[in-house]
Amino acid sequence: MSGPGSSPNEKVVKQNEDPGDPFSEFTNAHVPAGSPETRLLSAFKNDTHTRKAYLAGRGKSAWKTFELRLVRKIKQQRSTDPTSRPEYPSSLGLTEFTRRATEVALGKSSRAIMEDRVLGVQTPGFTAAVRLGAELLRHWYDVCAVWSGPVYLSSPCDDSLAGIFQAAGIQDIRDYYYWDDTQRNVCLEKLLEDLSKAPQQSVVVLSASAHYPTGADLSQNQWAVIANVIMRRRLFPFFLLPPQALCYGDLERGSWPVHYCASQGMELLCAQSFSHCFGLYGEAVGHLLCVLKQNSLLFSMESQAVKIVRSLWAQPSVGGAHVVATVLSNPGHLIEWKEEVKCIVERCMLIRELLRERLRLLGTPGCWDHLTQQGGLYCFIGLNGEQLEFLSKKRHVYLFTSGCLNVSAINSRNLDYIVESIHLAVTTSF
Amino acid sequence: MSAMSVFFEVPQAAPVAVFKLSQDFNNDQFPNKVNLGVGAYRTDEGQPWVLPVVKKVEKVIVHDDSLNHEYLPILGLPDFRSSASKIALGDDSPAIQENRVGAVQCLGGTGALKMGAEFLSRFYNRNKNTKTPVYVSAPTWENHNAVFANAGFEDVRPYKYWDAEKRGLDFAGFLGDLESCPEHSVFVLHACAHNPTGTDPTQEQWMQIAEVMMRRKLFVFFDSAYQGFASGNLDKDAWAVRYFVSLGFEMFCAQSFSKNFGLYNERVGNLTIVAHDADNLKRVLSQMEKIVRTTWSNPPSQGARIVAITLNSPELFTEWKDNVKTMAGRVLLMRAQLKTKLQALGTPGTWDHITEQIGMFSFTGLNPNQVEYMVKERHIYLMASGRINMCGLNSKNIEYVAESIHEAVTKVQ
Repeated sequence: MSGPGSSPNEKVVKQNEDPGDPFSEFTNAHVPAGSPETRLLSAFKNDTHTRKAYLAGRGKSAWKTFELRLVRKIKQQRSTDPTSRPEYPSSLGLTEFTRRATEVALGKSSRAIMEDRVLGVQTPGFTAAVRLGAELLRHWYDVCAVWSGPVYLSSPCDDSLAGIFQAAGIQDIRDYYYWDDTQRNVCLEKLLEDLSKAPQQSVVVLSASAHYPTGADLSQNQWAVIANVIMRRRLFPFFLLPPQALCYGDLERGSWPVHYCASQGMELLCAQSFSHCFGLYGEAVGHLLCVLKQNSLLFSMESQAVKIVRSLWAQPSVGGAHVVATVLSNPGHLIEWKEEVKCIVERCMLIRELLRERLRLLGTPGCWDHLTQQGGLYCFIGLNGEQLEFLSKKRHVYLFTSGCLNVSAINSRNLDYIVESIHLAVTTSF
Repeated sequence: MSAMSVFFEVPQAAPVAVFKLSQDFNNDQFPNKVNLGVGAYRTDEGQPWVLPVVKKVEKVIVHDDSLNHEYLPILGLPDFRSSASKIALGDDSPAIQENRVGAVQCLGGTGALKMGAEFLSRFYNRNKNTKTPVYVSAPTWENHNAVFANAGFEDVRPYKYWDAEKRGLDFAGFLGDLESCPEHSVFVLHACAHNPTGTDPTQEQWMQIAEVMMRRKLFVFFDSAYQGFASGNLDKDAWAVRYFVSLGFEMFCAQSFSKNFGLYNERVGNLTIVAHDADNLKRVLSQMEKIVRTTWSNPPSQGARIVAITLNSPELFTEWKDNVKTMAGRVLLMRAQLKTKLQALGTPGTWDHITEQIGMFSFTGLNPNQVEYMVKERHIYLMASGRINMCGLNSKNIEYVAESIHEAVTKVQ
């Protein structure tokens, strides 16, 4: 399992201390280890085994039908629309998109929305939303106190998160207890312990649903307790909501923690992605929302967000956001989309059931209940490093290095082989 | 629970001048209002223009079943990156043949500048040397400062460029700054169609600039947002960039396809990297990947696809060059007509600079009072610097604008 904030091995290829070296301006740039995903994909591509399986992708294959029907229809309409104007969009993005994206996270009847104290900014993807949130915090979180962290990330978490905060200038990154290996679930007690010890004004990054990489989420009761600690300790919640609907097939259930905290009157940031749940991976559709305590702050926060955006990417791209906005504002499209999401989610749940059942039938040691207790596209299988290496090297089955796998990459053709492989990984002694 | 927001003392940031101008223009009810502010192309009917070739390619993309919608690689669409670099450096560029040219697809020209700035702030002139001065022209595109400052550079300074009195390039001043700045300083150069002055160095002047930069080990960072738009000819507009490459410079070139493809809202940019050798290039690109991963992770595909398909098909490429010529041609026509009308009106002063300047913008030489008169009394919106976007002129409003300039110059001091 990768811990947050661990820096990759850096191999110094050629280092020359003299800046006057005539050879190159770029001498000081050494090769970092490639990202784990790049290496994995590379290994998979070079693998010639006939039964190889890549379970470390991001799940595009799930969307083929939807993409062919509705998304394409919308894109065609846009390309023939005489009123579409090629000019710079606002730095905040398409208004219709940010409006819908905000509603989808907070719920249409959210008090925060009705009181007009929510800032919504379209961003080029999820990473960009996190980056923008990090920059806003670094520049503007408690102006008097010259805040510079700490930011708490779950253990484990997406290993790119720490780098994003650091790139925004926040160096103090820490982790809080989340996944417990023995329980194969979240350990709330230890989580709360860590949060209770966090200094006031710490930022806490929380997965609203479909936690990556574990897939293990908190119950509503647990969220209520956590929210209490956050309020009591004056911590600041930064929610991650990448595959919102893909966990339960239900938009509202996926964003419940965000609704709840907003309804408690808390301020929060929330980074959303529409790439996953609209099959628009290539279009970089993200959103950052900020719930403020007072509407009087909205204009200044908006103006500062624009200023930061101008120095990062100036304006976001509109294509993907247009598709999302169109789907979310049209009741007919919305129904069609929800149906599609439901299918994908049900399929994922079915695969999880099958995985669990087959492992049980094989008598694979250990408890596999967590497979069906978790939800969403990603599943934390619970294997250790050696077992994972066995899977890729000996069985040509590739999982994320965190031990997480993409459920939607499993199908009737490879299920048996994969189950068998997992069984062997667990039972082989190393 | 505290009722105080953690953001309670956040001040209002100044609005972006050029967009505020457009907003004011939109709110103006005057029937003959004219918008000469924002830098986007407009047809003679005053409308934005979807390039015919772009429309064609969009249809191709939308009907192409084989295109998947996977995330693009972190560095972007390979076809786009290579063809975009070729456009800047030339098909037969020896640097490309020597495998020492690479690129990063970015979110528009801004994104390309951002990536370059972030890289330099980490790895240039010894590691993390954010005290290295970064020079931007006086004046320059107002966002240059913000991009480099936000990337961590502590010392962003102006280099002499515009001579307001003679309404031209202050070449002696420019050279002077090049000679006296600290070695290894970074210089942001406008590849062509300087924004906002429309005044470019001549080829001889570029040669002199290059000589000093080579001798004093200054870093070359080209900003190329108007290739094709300046003269109507892609190669001519890329002359300075190619000249520097031919001298053996390592450099960054931030390219934007917003204007020359009319893809303002798809955010299509490319950071072209010319390194000393393939090994250096490889290392630079690997570090760029890391930087991209913490900013937007994967760039958007639509715009890059359109550009890549166009540039890689001989027919579409020809059609595109034609579309670009149309735009550049209209600008040249407006320049000629404006100058003629001002001369016919007997407007005091010389107006040669209007046709001598190049690209979308013209630095009219109107002072702030005169600009205010134009905006408030005549409902003609231009930047406080006196910069006008020639694309905002058309056959219906050019008389009115010429007359207004005449009034401003004769009535207002």
